[in-house]
Amino acid sequence: MQLARVVGDIVVTRKDENLTGIKLMVLQPIAADGSNVGRTLVAVDAVGAGVGETVFFVRGKEASFPFHPTEVPTDAGIVGIVDHWDLES
Amino acid sequence: MQIARVIGTVVATQKHHTFEGAKLLLVQPLALDDTPRGTPLLAVDSVGAGVTEKVLVVIEGRAAGEALGRKGAPVDAAVIGIIDSVDVQE
Repeated sequence: MQLARVVGDIVVTRKDENLTGIKLMVLQPIAADGSNVGRTLVAVDAVGAGVGETVFFVRGKEASFPFHPTEVPTDAGIVGIVDHWDLES
Repeated sequence: MQIARVIGTVVATQKHHTFEGAKLLLVQPLALDDTPRGTPLLAVDSVGAGVTEKVLVVIEGRAAGEALGRKGAPVDAAVIGIIDSVDVQE
């Protein structure tokens, strides 16, 4: 999993039917110090995250597990909203 | 699997229910000379690892799910061992 900031959401009307009712968010992965790292991506949301929140997301087929038994065609999914994180000092 | 160092912990109240009770660790993958390699990632802990420890991490969904011991958990990385020593001969 990786930390990311939710920077936007996407509305898609015409889509795979298994994506119906599922929220799509734009994520900016962040490093442990909170700085942006890597490219933005689109992820399905399984926890009700909102724009501006820090979340963690999973990559790969496992991103579709929260929607079981629906086979959601996704390769990334938000699975938690981060309250805070602590680094070794 | 990869060698990594635990550099922090993450607290999340609102998360997928299969994460309930699981410990989330921020781990920094390391090269063989212990220099950081790539960006840190989040892994679920299945062995009781702590911050600063050197650990073995699987970065693959199926293996991570099995390490967590829960069916259908949306995870892609897990700490599966605490490394005592690495001995490389070149």
